[in-house]
Amino acid sequence: MTESPLVSVRDLRIGAVTDAGRKVEIIRGVSFDIAPGEILALIGESGSGKTTIALSLMGHARSGCSIDGGNIRVGTHDVTAMSEAGRAGLRGTEVSYVPQSAAAAFNPSKRIMDQVIEITAIHKLMPRTEAESRARTLFRALALPDPDHIGQRYPHQVSGGQLQRLSAAMALIGDPRLVIFDEPTTALDVTTQIEVLRAFRSVMEKTGMSGVYVSHDLAVVAQIADRIVVLKEGEIQEVGTTKQILNAPAHPYTRELLAAFEPVPHVPAGIGEEVERKPILEVRGLSAGYGAIRNGEPVAKVLKNVNFRLERGRNLGVIGESGSGKSTLARAIAGILPAYRGSVHLDDRKLEPALHARSKEDLRRAQIVFQLADTALNPAHSVGAIIARPLTFYHGLRGAKCDARVAELLDMVHLPAALRHRLPSELSGGQKQRVNLARALAAEPELILCDEITSALDTVVAAAILELLKELQRELGLSYMFISHDLSTVEAICDDVLVMYKGEVVEALPVARMSAEAAHPYSRLLISSVPQLDTGWLSGLEQDPELVAAFAHR
Amino acid sequence: MSISSKTSRPLRLPTPRRMGYAFSWTGRIGLAVILFWAVIAVIGQWIAPYPPGDLVGFDYFGPISPEFWMGTDYLGRDILSRILMGARYTVGIALAAVTLAVAIGVILGMVAAVIGGWFDTLLSRLLDAFNGIPSLLFGLVVVAAVGSSIPVLILTLTAIYMPGSYRFARALAVNINTMDFVTVARARGEGTIYLITREIFPNILGPVLADLGLRFVFIVLVLSGLSFLGLGVQPPNADWGALVRENIEGLSLGAPAVIFPSIAIASLTISVNMFIDNLPTKIRDRSD
Repeated sequence: MTESPLVSVRDLRIGAVTDAGRKVEIIRGVSFDIAPGEILALIGESGSGKTTIALSLMGHARSGCSIDGGNIRVGTHDVTAMSEAGRAGLRGTEVSYVPQSAAAAFNPSKRIMDQVIEITAIHKLMPRTEAESRARTLFRALALPDPDHIGQRYPHQVSGGQLQRLSAAMALIGDPRLVIFDEPTTALDVTTQIEVLRAFRSVMEKTGMSGVYVSHDLAVVAQIADRIVVLKEGEIQEVGTTKQILNAPAHPYTRELLAAFEPVPHVPAGIGEEVERKPILEVRGLSAGYGAIRNGEPVAKVLKNVNFRLERGRNLGVIGESGSGKSTLARAIAGILPAYRGSVHLDDRKLEPALHARSKEDLRRAQIVFQLADTALNPAHSVGAIIARPLTFYHGLRGAKCDARVAELLDMVHLPAALRHRLPSELSGGQKQRVNLARALAAEPELILCDEITSALDTVVAAAILELLKELQRELGLSYMFISHDLSTVEAICDDVLVMYKGEVVEALPVARMSAEAAHPYSRLLISSVPQLDTGWLSGLEQDPELVAAFAHR
Repeated sequence: MSISSKTSRPLRLPTPRRMGYAFSWTGRIGLAVILFWAVIAVIGQWIAPYPPGDLVGFDYFGPISPEFWMGTDYLGRDILSRILMGARYTVGIALAAVTLAVAIGVILGMVAAVIGGWFDTLLSRLLDAFNGIPSLLFGLVVVAAVGSSIPVLILTLTAIYMPGSYRFARALAVNINTMDFVTVARARGEGTIYLITREIFPNILGPVLADLGLRFVFIVLVLSGLSFLGLGVQPPNADWGALVRENIEGLSLGAPAVIFPSIAIASLTISVNMFIDNLPTKIRDRSD
């Protein structure tokens, strides 16, 4: 290499002390370089150390962690040898950071402009008026609407995608040489993600800064990065240009990551060859909402007149962006949020709208599984107790019989029986979601409502959970209602798809004909917004601007 | 399709230490002091060298001597004996009152959080109104009306501290109540009692115990206040707070009569907090 790299990391080792006082090495001898103007992506599943490495470039180690060895050089600064005060001087001016959750990174009680230019005030870089005009230039470069006045607003007055771009402006204002993006689009809807990615890419191209882009999503990384570092458990598995990693992966782990992206077309589970299938779930004219009830209708109406049928042994996918009412639909069906109009029929039996009015038997037959396994499992109960409760509650099982059934259920979700003594906090994310499923299965339901159950998981783990769901369906003849914001997940498991937009079903189609026949403009926008594993996808993407203006809340 | 060996931690046997039920030396010292005073509260009567009400010294505010290990008070009574007897009133009344206040407050708070609606509103406003009555004034009226006795003192102190405990527990329970695992239990069809005892209570136990420690200290102080007004423990017996106050003039004389009851109060209240702050992690913070 003729040009000397901007950043060079050599044999980086970061250790952490666990709650039990054990010392573990979380980054083990990582080395890489970043050339000036280059964007390097760090990719891997959660726990692979990608964020830890990114933060170490600022000389920062999260509490409990410490940089134990190796050396990091940024420009002419040796970060590892610097004093803490020296590192503080580096942050914001040489290296800056764009966090995952912009909503959490902004102070809700201060105006956006004051926060964006804070770096210039801290490092005394320029007078306030100059900083503000600089910020407005950045707002324009990031394609923010009304760049001259957006700074006067408060964080809650702009959308999530705008806030994420504003946090990039905050990072760029000090004219750093290296910008760290820590999963900046992970929390955004696909339709919003595109605009944010475009803005990031154009501003990075214009300024010629180097970047580190941390993500677990290969398709997103493919759009923005020049080179990719694949990480697993604190070690580099493979380094290569984006094209090489995507087209000719050398390492088995990279191939596994790519394979998890391959759409696996869903083959409907054929349970008997009945000519006429009976619907397991039928929803007619369902309307539900939140808030005080006035004239029999809640103030905030979320669901508006939803109709669909789900046949026994088939799976229904519900997609839509956040706020479209998908989760509310699941809650209304489960009775957690009583619907104020319309009806839910389970196997031709009309269900009462409110939970407490339903019989135990009705409740048993439809189980709900939530997105965040962390909050869905009581941290004070052992795995065994969590799974045993529905057994005792619905089937009256106790003692040895109950224990045997718990072991059986754990086996069904491919967890070792010895896990039953653990507390939820001692499990990995994928394991928790399996326990969550086992608890639903313990009731011996006919229908499982899955509310974004794979969204919080890594691609590889999520693929395994989907595989498990299919297997359970073959064995137990279950039906799923599968809620997701991710079209490819729905394609992998569902037979039919409902597209929801602002509380209404705008499209209902068999999944196989989805991409070809979707007629509603919002469905089309959603389909075209799903990132592809192709470096040229974002540049080649052309979306109807009117469509975007009408449906995407950017 | 398998769980990779890396994602599952090695299996281990659940011993108390590994389950997180071991606790630090600070906590152990605190517990030891609390147990010490609890034992004194029971056996103090028999190990006291003199009857607590008898004038045994010839001098008031007598110094430490082989006869009177902690000196004598303003009437020439043996301080050691009075502290040993006072333990019964201070530790006994405060412990009984704090247990009752926190138990009632926590149960009502969790019920209000789970049931919600008008029940919650009614109970909260009622107890808020009750909280508005000055605590000493309330004690004064009650004791004046029904006379001072140990059960009346305990119930009065309980009534004074229950609303605060209710507020605290309700706030915690409302947060837990919105968690998905409670929603799952509700969707399963579980009743209020199960939700309260199995889903919510284990998750608010840590903060509730910390609150109990703080309330215990306050009750010791209010008990002293009541004794000062002549409404607390009746002479010749006295709780520690009363001992400090009746001998306060001795402070300028450097009399041990005022120092030792103060040390007794400090040792008890500090130990309670040392113990509560160093509970096993499993109880203190279930989310760990």
